[in-house]
Amino acid sequence: MSWLPNVRLLRLPRASGPDLLLLALLAAVVYGLVAAVPGEFKRPAAPVDLQPGALPRYAGLSLLRMTAAYGLSLGFALVFGYAAARSRRVERVLVPLLDVLQSVPVLSFMPAVLLAMVALFPRQEVGLEVASVLLIFTGMVWNLTFSFYHSLLTLPQDLVEAARMMRLSGWQRFTLLELPAAAIGLAWNSVMSWAGGWFFLMACEAFVLVDRTFTLPGLGSYLAEASSRGDLRAVALGLGTMVLTIVVLDQLVWRPVVAWSQKFKLELTEDPLGPRSWFLDLLRQSALARAFAEHVWAPLVEGLDRRLRSGAVSLSVPARWVGGAGVALAAAAMVSAGWGLVSLARLVARVPSEGWAAIAVGAAATSLRVLLALALAALWTVPVGVAVGLRPRWARVVQPLAQIAASVPATALFPVVLLVILRVGGGLQAASVLVMLLGTQWYLLFNVIAGASALPRDLQEAAASLRLRGVLWWRSFVLPAIFPYLVTGGLTAQGGAWNTSIVSEFLEFGGRRYQVVGLGGLITSAVADGNMPLLAAATVTMAGLVVAVNRLVWRRLARLAEERYHL
Amino acid sequence: MEDFRLRPVTTALPVVLLEARGVTVSFPRPGGGAAVVLDRVDLELRDSEILAVVGPSGSGKSTLLRILAGLLAPTHGEVRYRGQPVHGPTPGVAMVFQTFALFPWLTVLENVELGLRALGVAPEERRRRALQAIDLIGLDGFESAFPKELSGGMRQRVAFARALVVEPDVLLMDEPFSALDALTAENLRTDLLELWLRHRIPTRAMALVTHNIEEAVFLSDRVVVLGTTPARVIGEVRPELPHWRDRESPEFRSRVDEVYALLAGERQRRLVHARPLLPRLPPAPVGLVTGLVELVHDADGRVDVRELADELRLDLEDLLPAVEAAELLGFATSHDGDLVLTDSGRAFAEASVQDKKELFRQALLERVRTAQEVVQTLRRRKPPRMPAEFFLDLLERHFSAEEARRQLAVVVDWGRYAEAFAYEEATGEFSLEMEEDLLGL
Repeated sequence: MSWLPNVRLLRLPRASGPDLLLLALLAAVVYGLVAAVPGEFKRPAAPVDLQPGALPRYAGLSLLRMTAAYGLSLGFALVFGYAAARSRRVERVLVPLLDVLQSVPVLSFMPAVLLAMVALFPRQEVGLEVASVLLIFTGMVWNLTFSFYHSLLTLPQDLVEAARMMRLSGWQRFTLLELPAAAIGLAWNSVMSWAGGWFFLMACEAFVLVDRTFTLPGLGSYLAEASSRGDLRAVALGLGTMVLTIVVLDQLVWRPVVAWSQKFKLELTEDPLGPRSWFLDLLRQSALARAFAEHVWAPLVEGLDRRLRSGAVSLSVPARWVGGAGVALAAAAMVSAGWGLVSLARLVARVPSEGWAAIAVGAAATSLRVLLALALAALWTVPVGVAVGLRPRWARVVQPLAQIAASVPATALFPVVLLVILRVGGGLQAASVLVMLLGTQWYLLFNVIAGASALPRDLQEAAASLRLRGVLWWRSFVLPAIFPYLVTGGLTAQGGAWNTSIVSEFLEFGGRRYQVVGLGGLITSAVADGNMPLLAAATVTMAGLVVAVNRLVWRRLARLAEERYHL
Repeated sequence: MEDFRLRPVTTALPVVLLEARGVTVSFPRPGGGAAVVLDRVDLELRDSEILAVVGPSGSGKSTLLRILAGLLAPTHGEVRYRGQPVHGPTPGVAMVFQTFALFPWLTVLENVELGLRALGVAPEERRRRALQAIDLIGLDGFESAFPKELSGGMRQRVAFARALVVEPDVLLMDEPFSALDALTAENLRTDLLELWLRHRIPTRAMALVTHNIEEAVFLSDRVVVLGTTPARVIGEVRPELPHWRDRESPEFRSRVDEVYALLAGERQRRLVHARPLLPRLPPAPVGLVTGLVELVHDADGRVDVRELADELRLDLEDLLPAVEAAELLGFATSHDGDLVLTDSGRAFAEASVQDKKELFRQALLERVRTAQEVVQTLRRRKPPRMPAEFFLDLLERHFSAEEARRQLAVVVDWGRYAEAFAYEEATGEFSLEMEEDLLGL
């Protein structure tokens, strides 16, 4: 650490407090990584240890896996978002493909990914690790890709022209224009992706496939093991660790990233109520961070800038490259899509008619449950969200609390909910809807709060002076005004509800199997029983249903919101 | 003050820096045929001159500037910079945009450094030159500010500094002052002209596109006027007055009137030429049209359009669509820059609110082809309803997709006021207002 004295830290003693904290955090992270990794590769087949002492290491391992998956997702998003935005041909193949892929539940990827990876890597535990990371990846990547793609499509024309006039190189254009313009969307979607990662962590670390259980040491498998043994104390401990990890991560990573990304707003107006983060403020005061920015980051950027400038002066070169890569990619995508379709059709053809009947009944049952969960969610979130949104002081208190509550993955809560409900005397049906509600209500709540707090003051005053009250106030003022937000929230909530059905309709708890009639339960049990034809058929049905409902219902509502109720 | 002289306009052999030869821009229309935005335009930008391009909205003046800049490729024809064909943005040519086009996430200094960064200038040299440009344009003290912390005028100064820091030969400006309030715009114009006249910038020629005729006459050595039918250069005015020019002087006013007359002549021609096609409706809100007719009536039936614009604190070009609409509807005619009310215009101004609507409706259905089409189509239908797409398709046979939408919006606006037909946004349907039906219910 001989470089430390050179850093301005010593000349700015005022900032040493934040710096010490930063250094301590850095040390903790490094120690966590080092301590977690090697121990694991020594004992690959260790069964899940339910002792509380194992939890920190498990949390570290899960974090590592999620970080790897997130890194992959971000890379994928940048490459494919760019390709789709730059080449019409790639766009035509990629966008519909991603649209379908994002409505395929994570668990349905599992058997294929798992079998492929275990076959690919002779040492089983490596294959399992890769499979787990890839599964988490499938839950994180799609929204990131769409976000980047949309940002590129909506780049402000004048900035694009200015960049061309100044003849910025392809790399400069990417780092100075395209990436910054996409930053806010990428930051928000990263938060969403991580939430999705936590949501499916249990499914991604402990797989049951044809009576064989594959487990990887981690927080998810800990929870899965705890609930399948019916060990409530361990469930509580695991849940607590998970919530703590999520909150710490939110405070130290995601909140700062989101607050920092506000710098990249395209509107030339200040928003004093934008997202803030104490940790970001601390970083901004830190001399160490500043020294890093000045002496490491800036020269690095400068070096890259100059190195990459010479190769790419003409804008037509990267465009042509992208085009060429795009054609190759599109061809590959088409071939594999064709092959996939054929094998899928052959697989689905083996489903007997009883299987189809079960799928139809299951689809109807799950649809009803999704509808019920959405209705219940709307019933409480609309009044509460409007009440909170109209009172900035309440919002400041409620918002962070609700965010913590929302960060608890409903999947992890399922065993607890089930147990409580069984004890109270309700059935699995009620527990299933409740978990769905827990998983989806937050999307609605946050959107309603956002919509209500965006109500223009003059409209509020006009409504007050017209003495709009009760039903009239809701029907002629508030509901139309927050309609676009309701649609956005409802769309996301619906997607979340379908995803939850995978885990909320089937559970092995304390050695017993609980299952209700439903498409999600069908998928989970098909995976557990190794019934591939049924899995394929149920997955196709669910993906088809989600895509169809999105197209037929939500898109129309969104267009209506855009045209009629846009404030 | 002896420095404020007229830059030499005519040297023995003026060097042409940038030239457009036979530049045509057209794009296919959905229904077949092509929409022509520019039709065989020739233009020269010579050494030591400021060139202004004016024209009505839709005359493709911004498109022409982008072609000169190498941002757009013409369908036919070519652009040359110092004799060399241009295929993309050229070093030596810089541009200032109407919307400033600053990168919101970069500070003033970083924005200004950007052009140098693209050239690969080393960091210290970059900083020195950027600070120089910032100083030159009067921004010192704001180096570390972000664009959102600056006023509109300061933002445009940053954009000027960013364009000038690379020491361009040619500076192109797309409506550089029109997003600013009058006072700020005047300040910036004066500062720019001073830099130019005192040779404090190495720029050898400037071209600006503007809809402000006075601005064009105030700044430039040549004003080139673009028309829409056909989309070509229809004339050129040389102010040939020493700087600084007095806007109130008779010479200045006569140059402005010359440009205005060229634009008015172009308008007349357009009305005559357009007979066989659907004429393009001027994009004037109906309230402005009716208001204008009443204002002219209050002024004893005759106003100087330019003075009226001044009085209303409107840019002349913002008022012109309403003037055009009043002419199209037969409420007024133009005589040497004056707008004169016709008999029907007078009748309209004196009528009651309900009668005004009736008179407007008669004028609309008599004189506006697009409105006739709508009503005739609806009358042939039972029930008299028709989706908007039908009319949009019809309009797209005559206009670009974007223009067709605007035309439809104008027809809806006028038709609604006249109660000639109804348009329901929720269903996207046109229908005839059937008062009998309503009474029958």
